[in-house]
This record gives sequence, structure tokens and C-alpha cells, in this order.
Amino acid sequence: MTFKQITSPHGHNRQSTGRIMQLVLIATLPGLLVLSYQFGWGILINLFLAVLAAISAEALILKIRQRPIGFYLQDYSAVVTGVLLGLSLPPLVPWWLVIVATVFSIVVAKQLYGGLGSNPFNPAMVGYVVVLISFPIEMTTWVTPVSLLPEGVSHPGLFESLTIVFAGFSPMDGVTGATPLDLFKHSNGLLVDQIYQDNTLFSSASFAGVGWEWANVAFLLGGLGLLKARIFTWHGPVAMLVTLATMSMLFWDGGSSNSPGSPLMHLFSGASMFGAFFIVTDPVSSAVSNRGRLLYGALIGLLVYVIRAWGSYPDAVAFAVLLGNFAAPFIDNYTVPRTYGHNQRRKATAKEEDE
Amino acid sequence: MSQGFKEITTNGLWHNNPALVQLLGLCPLLAVTSTVANALGLGLATLLVLVGSNTIVSLIRNHVSDAVRLPVFVMVIASFVTCTEMLMKAYTYELYQILGIFVPLIVTNCAILGRAEGFASKNSVGLAALDGFMMGLGFLLVLVALGALRELLGQGTLLVDMHLLFGPSAMNWLVKPFGENYSFLIFVLPPGAFLVAGVLIALKNMLDNMAKTRADSHKSKPVKGAKRVRTTGHIN
Repeated sequence: MTFKQITSPHGHNRQSTGRIMQLVLIATLPGLLVLSYQFGWGILINLFLAVLAAISAEALILKIRQRPIGFYLQDYSAVVTGVLLGLSLPPLVPWWLVIVATVFSIVVAKQLYGGLGSNPFNPAMVGYVVVLISFPIEMTTWVTPVSLLPEGVSHPGLFESLTIVFAGFSPMDGVTGATPLDLFKHSNGLLVDQIYQDNTLFSSASFAGVGWEWANVAFLLGGLGLLKARIFTWHGPVAMLVTLATMSMLFWDGGSSNSPGSPLMHLFSGASMFGAFFIVTDPVSSAVSNRGRLLYGALIGLLVYVIRAWGSYPDAVAFAVLLGNFAAPFIDNYTVPRTYGHNQRRKATAKEEDE
Repeated sequence: MSQGFKEITTNGLWHNNPALVQLLGLCPLLAVTSTVANALGLGLATLLVLVGSNTIVSLIRNHVSDAVRLPVFVMVIASFVTCTEMLMKAYTYELYQILGIFVPLIVTNCAILGRAEGFASKNSVGLAALDGFMMGLGFLLVLVALGALRELLGQGTLLVDMHLLFGPSAMNWLVKPFGENYSFLIFVLPPGAFLVAGVLIALKNMLDNMAKTRADSHKSKPVKGAKRVRTTGHIN
């Protein structure tokens, strides 16, 4: 009789990477639908371009690195990166911008570090930040939500959107406009009440800002679905959202002209929910333990608010996540969980002989 | 310890290149290489300082005790940097203003102190000067390559502002291969410097590996199943 020696980990997850990534893709669907309804064809074109570019870039680099292409493409991680980028880039940006962002994500942020599992930074956010600081004009032009379009103006149809994206025609007047966070960034000393009255973006909103509120709700639903399916634990997203809410409550100051906006506005504007459930939860670039994830999420929530309120960019999820990624190994170092059977937590820096 | 002319040259330019292999002086390497003109300006200044300091350090190497050698070397380097700074103020004032703090900071460039300590303090004047020149040239070439790539990728131009170094006749050297409106800011900003420098280092390693495999394939392989060349006695 022989005993096979099996090394750890002894507990296995029944879900493969490919299956997890597929579930993530499914969970983005509600958000995708709401975004496409609110902002037109641009979102779908972005998504298509980004996924196509992600798969091609991944296959090309795998070929150069002499790795099995089919095997690595089947884990769907490149597709997920493409989808996340497609959802975060503004609609109707030129096609080359989407390609540049995706190629940076896959080639520089992921494959140059050794592929899936070895990347210290979230690939989609690296790609987003690269184009955000390189092409500020294109990246800060958002499309007006469908219900706020002026009389007689509608979102460009599919063909027209394609000519805008590929041939560089500019969209009609009134199709592009400010986002809720933009309005607060450029409030020019108005009271919050005045901002709310002056802009239909707020005055005709249900609770946070037309368009973005429902997109955020949709991402929240998708995220809760993933939480239910046990794709990730609650620690990261909850810590991020709670910190963001706490900070915006602390500095809300009743709506003076200095106020950076209400907690509800911050939770349901920009990329808050998308970031909390689809970016912060990235298992590769986040902290590892549950306690670590609480700290990691809280750090990102704090940074999001600090940059939104006092920085020069209207939204900050990408920057905050990258800074959080920087800190993740450091957080891991101080939050090593207690090993079963031991009374004290082991210090990550302690040597084996010391125990 | 004496190295030949050829060895010093190949070491400075390739095998022991200060920027690509020793990774010294990265601060100016990354900070000022946004255009060819800036890179060339700082590269020339560094080259001048390196040749001067190596020569002087080699001259005084037998008269300085070990305990005070580092402060003395830094003094020598700082004097040359001040001279260079004054020269730049006199002849290329605009470029001097663009480079700003990075001209005085040449004093702290580890490549220079490294060569003074590692080579010039142990070798004769001629060799030390040659080493300084070759190391400086290696550094300059990498700076210019980095500057050219970043300028091209970042602003879509090549040889912009060269008149700051070469006078008004260089105004029309400017090339714009990608048209008027091209810009890709990340390559102008510091992250682009890290990216391009990383790619250059990878490229050098790749070329080295290729050269090594080629050299290996030329070597005659040892014959398998070595024959007995000498036998003693009779073997059944």
C-alpha cells in the first residue's frame, strides 16, 4: 500500500478561474444594460473593441512568451479586463483610445509582470489611468443621459456612433455634458441647493444624479449576486463603501458652497459601486486575508473621497485602486491570520526558527 | 587591474553601461529625457564632468589618504559641476533653465562617484580619462535614445528645441512624423520614462542573449564517449 504525499493547499475551490470569470461577466450585465440605455451605443462599441483588443493582445503576448494560448485564453481573465475597461471608458471616444487602454492593460500591467496572478496592479485600472492622464479631453467628455437630452436631440444611432468612433466626427451639440461629480468639481462657489436647482442632472433625479444613480444600482445588484455566489467576501466592498459614506457624511457640512456633496451622491455617482464590487474585489491585486481586505477597502474608500473632494480629478476610483494596490503587500505583511493550532499570529517577517 | 583600451571602451559603451547595466544615475536619466535636446544637454554636461573628475582623481590618487578620499572626490566632482554649470549659463542659458536643478544634481550622480572610486582611484591618468569618456559616452547615448523615443512617442516630434544647443540654424531640424495634433502624454510624464527605460534594458539583455547563443553554437561540442588515450598494461 502506498500513500501519496500531497502538498498544500488541501482545500480546493470547486470553481475554476474560468467559471469565476464567467460569473463576473454575467454580473456586469445589469450595469451594462442600464449604461447602454442611458448613454447609447457608445458603451457597446467600447465593450466590443476592448474585448477584441484584450483577447488579441493576450494571444500575441502568450505567443511571444511561448505559453499555451488556448489554455490561458480559456480562463476569461482577458475578456473580463476588456469588459471592465469598456464599461469604464466614456462612450463615443475614438477607437484608438480604447485600443491603447486595453493594450496597456494586458501587455504592460498584466503580461509583463508574468500574466494572471502575478500582476501587482489591477490591469483594467492601469489602462484607464494611462489614457486618463494621456488624453484628458477625450476622457472627460461624457454623453448626456437619455432623459436629459434637449428637445429634438437623440443619442446617435448605431451607424452614426460608428462614424463618430472610427471616423472622428464629433457628436451633435447637446449629446455630451457634465457628470454629477463634474458639477461639484466646478461648482463655482454655489450652495449645494443651488447646484441641485440649476442642473436638471440633479433636479430631475430620483436620489443622486440622473443616469449614474441607476447605473450604480445595477452594478450594486450585480455585485450582490457575486457576493451571494461566494465569488468574493464582503470585506473589501463594504469597507470601501462605508468609508466613502463616513467621509462624505463628515465633510458634508449641511450643503455650503464648500461642500463636496452628499453621502448619497457620492455612493451612487461615478464609479463607486462599479469600483466597490468589480475592481476592489480583484483577488490578484488586493490584500489577501479578510482583515487585510477590510483595511484595503477602507484605504481605497478614503482615497476616493479625498481625491474627489480635494484633488483635481472629478472621479478617483482608478487612482485610489492603484494606490491601494501599492499598499496591498504592506497590508498583507501586518495582517497575517493566526494559523490553526497556534495561539499567536505569526509575523510575516519572522523566521521559521524563531517560532 | 590594468585594462586595455578595447576593454574600457566596450565596458563603458555596452557591457558595463552606467545606465543600462549598473543602473546608476537613474534620477537624471528619468527626469530630463523628455526631449532629445534636454537629454543631449545633460548627457554632454555629465560627460564633461566625468572626464574631468576621473582625470583629477587619478592624478591625486596617491596623495589622498583612504579616510578622506570620498569627501575629496565629491569636492573634485562638485568643482567640475560648477564649471559646467557656468559654461551652460554662458552658452546655452535657455537649456540651462529648462534643465534647472538637474545640472547641479550631477554632483550626486552615482555613476560619477562610482567611476572615481571604482576606477580612477586605482588607474593611471590616461586610462582613467578614457574610462570617464567612455562611461560618459555610454550614459549620453542611452539618454539620447531615451529622449528620442519619449519625444517621438509623447509629442510626435523629433529634435525639437535643438537650437538651444546648436544655434538658430537647428530650428528647422524639427521633424513631425505623426502630423500636427499627435500627443500621448504618458510618455512625456515620468511613468513613460520608466516604461521606455525598462524596454531599453530588456532590449539590451535580449541582444546579449542572442549574441551568447550564437557564440555557444559556434563552439565545438565535446565528443561524446571519450576515447581512452593512454592505456597501461594489457586489458582483457
